[in-house]
Amino acid sequence: MSTTLPRPQPVRRKRAAAAQLALLPMALTVLGVYIGAVLWSVRISFSSSKIFPKNDFVGFSQYERLFATERWTVSLHNIAIFGVLFILACMVLGFFLAVFLDQRVRGENVLRTIFLYPYAMSFVATGLVWQWMLNPGLGIQAAVRNLGFPDFQFDWIVNQDKVIYTLVIAAVWQASGLVMAVLLAGLRGIDESLWNAARIDGVPRWRYYLSVVLPQLGPAFGTSFVLLAVGVVKVFDVVVAMTLGGPGNASEVPAKFIMDNLFNRANVGLASAASTVLLLTVLALLMPWWYARSVQSRKLGHS
Amino acid sequence: MSAVVERISQPVAAPVPRKAARRKSHFTPARLGLYALLVSSAVFFLLPLYVMLVTSLKPMEEIRLGQLFALPMNFTFEPWVQAWSTACTGLECRGIQVGFWNSVWIVVPSTIASIFFGALNGYALSFWRVRWAGWLFGVLMFGAFVPYQVMIYPLVRTLATVNLFGTLGGIVFIHTIFGMPVMTLLFRNYYAGVPIELFKAARIDGGGFWRIFFQLMLPMSLPIIAVAVIMQMTNIWNDFLLGLVFAGRDNLPMTVQLNNVINTTTGERLYNVNMAATMLTSMLPLAVYLISGRWFLRGITAGAVKG
Repeated sequence: MSTTLPRPQPVRRKRAAAAQLALLPMALTVLGVYIGAVLWSVRISFSSSKIFPKNDFVGFSQYERLFATERWTVSLHNIAIFGVLFILACMVLGFFLAVFLDQRVRGENVLRTIFLYPYAMSFVATGLVWQWMLNPGLGIQAAVRNLGFPDFQFDWIVNQDKVIYTLVIAAVWQASGLVMAVLLAGLRGIDESLWNAARIDGVPRWRYYLSVVLPQLGPAFGTSFVLLAVGVVKVFDVVVAMTLGGPGNASEVPAKFIMDNLFNRANVGLASAASTVLLLTVLALLMPWWYARSVQSRKLGHS
Repeated sequence: MSAVVERISQPVAAPVPRKAARRKSHFTPARLGLYALLVSSAVFFLLPLYVMLVTSLKPMEEIRLGQLFALPMNFTFEPWVQAWSTACTGLECRGIQVGFWNSVWIVVPSTIASIFFGALNGYALSFWRVRWAGWLFGVLMFGAFVPYQVMIYPLVRTLATVNLFGTLGGIVFIHTIFGMPVMTLLFRNYYAGVPIELFKAARIDGGGFWRIFFQLMLPMSLPIIAVAVIMQMTNIWNDFLLGLVFAGRDNLPMTVQLNNVINTTTGERLYNVNMAATMLTSMLPLAVYLISGRWFLRGITAGAVKG
């Protein structure tokens, strides 16, 4: 079954009226929400709105104010650290889990179920569980100390410099299963005969993985990276549940900064500037991937 | 990429069977090391679930002992009862059952609506030529990546203007909108694998747009509808941000109530009740996950492979 079915000209224009009507909700959604709301937000970012939107135009002053706000710059700093560590850890862990599961092990289904179930939980639940486990007085630190290691320290969650790493741990626990699932699907799409040919040539299995499998997994890695990266920019639930941005501002993230300024601190203009910056970041991350995909699909002759 | 799309369009096919030479079983050090690594990873993933369960079944005196991993000595279901019926979620103390029913009322209509529109869009895009549709679809796909924060404020003001803000209808509407990109993609990819001869035959038989949709395409889409139901139920149930903003105080979903129970209490924190509440909130998505198994996986890979 080919997926490159060229669709011969479907319907005469008359009959297509029903199709146009049916697509109206999609059209309204795209125009009203995905384009309209975004443009409106950007417009507000150029005004001096506080609680209610105002129609004036103050140039880039909200953006200047934004980057002079310490909470914002801290949040950017945090999201960068979080993003790099989280994506790296998820990709590595996900890759190894996928490779190990691909080795025809017994109980593969059980193991796969175990690795992926965290992804079915909400971010809030994940944040709350890890908050409890990392509780210095009653969680892991206390448990290990009670086992006879009185100097064991694991109070990162109340440590301003280390709290961001706790967020990484919780997020990696939740999302590695997703990367594993995507990579495993990719691995299963690789022709088994390649391994047989390599084995005949005397190539060791690890070398096979390095030189044959990894390159073929390129698209799967790309997909995983994009999914993870978009998740990084959006990260909100887990921070609210786990640390509420604390201690102090140490684990503040852009999404939470925007929500706080939008609803709690009545700083609509500032928050809109921040969300525009967020949008531009997402676009910057996506452009290379989209470009690579359109080049690739042009090469393969799809449309 | 085409291999994955093919798999999606053959929903009842099992994963590609591997034909390799039968190896005799061997317990080489490499093999043992492999199992060791897999088991320790499994322990890492299972640990929080174990801790959640165990903490929720202990009385507070045991928790204060600080033995996080110990099994309960005085096994009790009291924390679960408390979490369900008397925990304080802000102003009232009727437990998290309020959130449970709110979530049900939110998830069911939102799932139905978002799947319906996704199927309709996918069908119209795959089989009918509408001039501006391709371009709109492209923007829709782009929209799936835009962070919610960029669109939230205008949506709040718009919904407030039509008196839908803070109502059940409002939050269902929001979930339908934000579910449209992934659902449309899902169904469009699925219908791309349907032979056009089928469609043409139906047209020759005198079928119009709606008749073909309801009487031919929808019944044929049951596998992908199953996947869509699983995806939407899980994602909407687990949603926090949209429920927090749009649901209004009377309709707050379970995730929001859960956060209220745990992070906004004064006085002593009842960790066992907290963990029981967390488990209660996670039960539905976990049950869906365990029951649906392979379909859940299919949902992830189908949603992940864009375009």
